[in-house]
Parts: sequence; C-alpha cells; structure tokens
Amino acid sequence: MSTQLTQDEVLKVASLSRLKLSETEVTALGEQMGSVLKYIAMLDELDTTDIEPMAHAIEISNVFRDDQLQESLPREQALSNAPQTDGKYFLVPAIL
Amino acid sequence: MDYTVIIGLEVHVQLQTRTKLFCGCSTRFNPDHPNTQTCPVCLGLPGALPVLNREAFHLGMKTGLAINCEIPSFTKWDRKQYYYPDLPKAYQISQYDLPMSQNGWLEIEIDPETRETKKVGIIRAHLEEDAGKNSHDESGRGHDSKVDLNRCGTPLVEIVSEPDLRSAQEARKYLEELKLLLTYIDVSDCNMQEGSLRCDANVNLHIHQENGETIPTPIVEIKNLNSFRGVEQAIEFEVKRQWEAWQETKLSLHDVPKETRGWDADRGITLEQRGKEEAADYRYFPDPDLAPVTVTDAEREKVSSELCERPALRRNRLESEYELSAYDAAVIIDQGLAFADYFEQVAKGCQNGKQAANWVTQDVLRELKEKGLEISSFTIKPEILAALLEKVERSEITTKSARTVFQELINSEESELNAASVQSIIEDKGLAMVSDTGALEAAVQAVVAKNEKAVADFQSGKQAAVGALIGQVMREVKGADPKVVRELLIEKMS
Repeated sequence: MSTQLTQDEVLKVASLSRLKLSETEVTALGEQMGSVLKYIAMLDELDTTDIEPMAHAIEISNVFRDDQLQESLPREQALSNAPQTDGKYFLVPAIL
Repeated sequence: MDYTVIIGLEVHVQLQTRTKLFCGCSTRFNPDHPNTQTCPVCLGLPGALPVLNREAFHLGMKTGLAINCEIPSFTKWDRKQYYYPDLPKAYQISQYDLPMSQNGWLEIEIDPETRETKKVGIIRAHLEEDAGKNSHDESGRGHDSKVDLNRCGTPLVEIVSEPDLRSAQEARKYLEELKLLLTYIDVSDCNMQEGSLRCDANVNLHIHQENGETIPTPIVEIKNLNSFRGVEQAIEFEVKRQWEAWQETKLSLHDVPKETRGWDADRGITLEQRGKEEAADYRYFPDPDLAPVTVTDAEREKVSSELCERPALRRNRLESEYELSAYDAAVIIDQGLAFADYFEQVAKGCQNGKQAANWVTQDVLRELKEKGLEISSFTIKPEILAALLEKVERSEITTKSARTVFQELINSEESELNAASVQSIIEDKGLAMVSDTGALEAAVQAVVAKNEKAVADFQSGKQAAVGALIGQVMREVKGADPKVVRELLIEKMS
C-alpha cells in the first residue's frame, strides 16, 4: 500500500464527512491518513486462512432488554446541546 | 418494439412495540409534542449504550416467518453511515450482510377472473431503526428546517422484494396483501397516514429489440410513496417517462448510475432527487455496541406456532368450508382479523355460511361504515346475530322480519343485549311466523269474504288480485309466512 492517499481519495472522505479542507490540509491529511493505513497494514502479515470472521470483539450474544417504557429526557434537556432551537425543535439550515 | 416492466419494492413497516428498538423511549406517534420522546441513546449522545428490544426482535421473526423466510441462526447489527439532520448519530443501526430473515415469498392473486396467482420473491427482511422527522419551511424563503427526533430509533422491518412485479397493479396488489398479512399476524398497524408503512419502488424497463436482444433501462428508485394509490400512479408515470426517455436517449442501465426520484402526489409526477451515494459510501461495519443474536430451532418453532392462519389461506378456507363466493370471502378477509372471526362465529352459530356472509358483508358492514365503528365495538355480538339468523334458517321468522329485529337490536343499549334479546323482540313485535293454521285460516276466510270484487277478478284469471289480499291477511296475522298465505288464499278462492 502506498504511504500517501491521493488527493481525490482525501477529498472523497472529506465530502462524506462534510468537511471543507484547504489545499495544504488535503496534502497534510493525505500523508497522515496514509501513515495510519500503513500502520494498520501490518495486520496483513497475519495468516487468517482458517480463522472465522468476527462479528463482535467479545464472545457475547443475545443481550436484550424488555419492552418497557423508561422516562425520556425533558425537552429542554434534549435540546440543550442544540446549536440552534426554537424551544420545540432542533433547527438546522434549510434542507432541500 | 415492446417492453416488460420490472418492479421491486422496499417496504418499511413500523413494528408495534411500546418502546424503541434500542432504548426505552416511547414509540407513540406524537407529532404535536416534538422532541419529548428522546434519550441519550436515540439522540446519539456520546457514551450511550443501545440494548436490543426483545419484543422488536420477536415481531421481526414473526414477520420473517409469515413471509416464508429462513431465519438464520446468527444475525448481527451494522452501522450504515450517512449525514442527514434527522439522524443525530450520523449512522443508522441496520443489518447488512447477515439479516435476520431472508429468501421468502408472498403469494398474490394477479387476475381476479382466472384466479391466477404469483409468488413474489422476498430477498430479505431485516430490522433497523427509523430516523427522525424533518419539516421544511414551505414559504420558499429558506428559513431553517425543523427536526423532531421522537421517531428516531423506532423499530422498522425493511422487506425487500425480488424484482418480480410486472405492473403498477401487481405492485399495489403485493402491498395490499402484505399489509393485510402484517395486520393479521399483529406485528404492525400499517397505518400509512402515520407513516407505519412506507414504500420505495425500484422501477425499470426491459426493452425487447427486434433482433431478440433485451436492453434494461436505468433503474430508478421512487421515494416518498405513502399511499397505495400513490404507488400505482407513480409507477405508471415512471414507466411512461422511462419509455419516452429510452426512445430519446437510448441510455441503458450500464450507462448511468441508479437514480433517485421523489413522487410529487399533488402534481402527479416523479422528480429527480440528489444523486444517491453509492452503497460502498455507507461504509457499513459491525456495530461494536451491540451483541449479535443467535436463534435456535426451538425458538423458530415457538414463534412459528404463534402465527395465526394467513389471510390467503383463510380466504380459501372460507370459500370451501362455508361455500362462499370468492368475492364474499375476499370482502370478509379484507376487513381484518376481528371481522373474519366475527363472520365465522356467526356462520357456525346459525349453521348457514352463505346467509351469514350476506348479513355480515351487507347489513353489518353498512352499519359499521355509517357509524365509523370497528367490529370490536359493534353492539350486536356474533352470538346474537347467529341467534337471529338461526330463526330465519328454521323458518321461525321471515328475512324481512329479521331485518326489523336487526334494527331493533342496533337501537338497543348494548348492556341490555343478550342471547335472549332476539326472542323477546320477536315476541314484542309479533314477528313469529304463525304456525297456528286455525288463526291463519280464519283470517284468510274473513279477507276472502270482505273482498268480493278481488275474488271475482281472481276467478276470471287476474292472478295479480291475490297480492292485495295477501297484504290484508298479513296485517291481520303478523309474522305469517307470505308463501303459506298465498297458497291458502288461492285454495279458498279456487
């Protein structure tokens, strides 16, 4: 794997993350992400031929809760982290 | 040159649990009180831990089994990542490569004349959480959009059909049958106004060339279909649009990516929406917060045994067991489980399925529609209607008298109604058919004596003269069988 991501790859990830990057950031992040991937690529050296893929990091299954109501947050608290609100709704820049 | 229409449907159905899929917030439809049914889990706050609702998984299994799916012994949860304001975590918890049910089918009747049926394949049915609800500034001044997260995290089952449907009518039929099935097995109320059943349609055409080649047109996913009629109209519009686009551009499925279009019900057209991100861009990966679920054979069998008779089977059984027409059986089944149960109790009680069907599909249904009632709150309980119809069946009262009794029963207070009500109304109103031939013969004798002219008319060959005399006798002896009266009159006058 190459040590650096192409400019297009960085821009694609940025657009999926809704991030606006400057040209210098694109170059710098390309290098940084490349080195992260290179580090992770060490795992490719392992032989995983007979190993079942894992669906979860710990061997655990069937964790359920009963269908019982629990108290929800009061609206003021639910909205307390909102960058913008009218006291009833979260407000966001016009979608469409 | 001609074409075949290819349609596959993705249906989202809200499961009727009390609480959300991964937290204890209420799933109640509550648009008037936005953002009052949320917690750190469904708001996607850092550190919150989702835990699976046992009942939601149970209802998902019921759904999968009812549409003839396999329930794999292992299933897991995945994160589907995308940015949208109604999705505070920026990912939806869904199922990707190991859904909780797959490879099923649903049978629909595609031709009411020939009764031809078709098995529509079902690729998969998986569980996922719903997003919140955005509302937009309609003034066009670009004011902020509002987000209500009450619905966020509500359990949905997404049912994905094979592209087996060949017309807008078939698509509608499939949806109607699916809705009926899901309400029968009691997993969802399928209320389309409240968004409990939503549908996206994937539509394209296979163009048959003169050289025998078939070319598929680009696939379009139509969103925002929230009524059966909307589904039908949108597909019809889209077929026409794609056929025209093909003639103009000759673009095939291989030339352009899948397109998403929205149905505008007011204008009756589909409109292009933002380019859909490719599947890979959702960057699915297993959700580390949620444990996988394993299902044993015993559990599968247990859920299977909870399923009621499916509407399609029950429709056939009503036809054969009670000798009903296909039409009557369908009308009864379409009214829902409680109504079908009502019919069967009446039919068993009065020992005449055909008669029971006539009464429930006409008199009872008319009454329910007029008063806007559900069968469960109908005051004439099945045993009471059965008692009434039994009287007709045994020729104790006429059908006409039975209608009078029925009206009396409807006008009575529910608390006063019981199995004996029918008999007491018959007695109060003097509706019993008179079997006392003495009284009847006396009345006939008296009427004949009083009506010399009519008798003479009859004797000179005017059959119609009998009619007026029958009426007179019936007024004298309420509940007399008009057929018997007629015979007696003719006998006396001949």
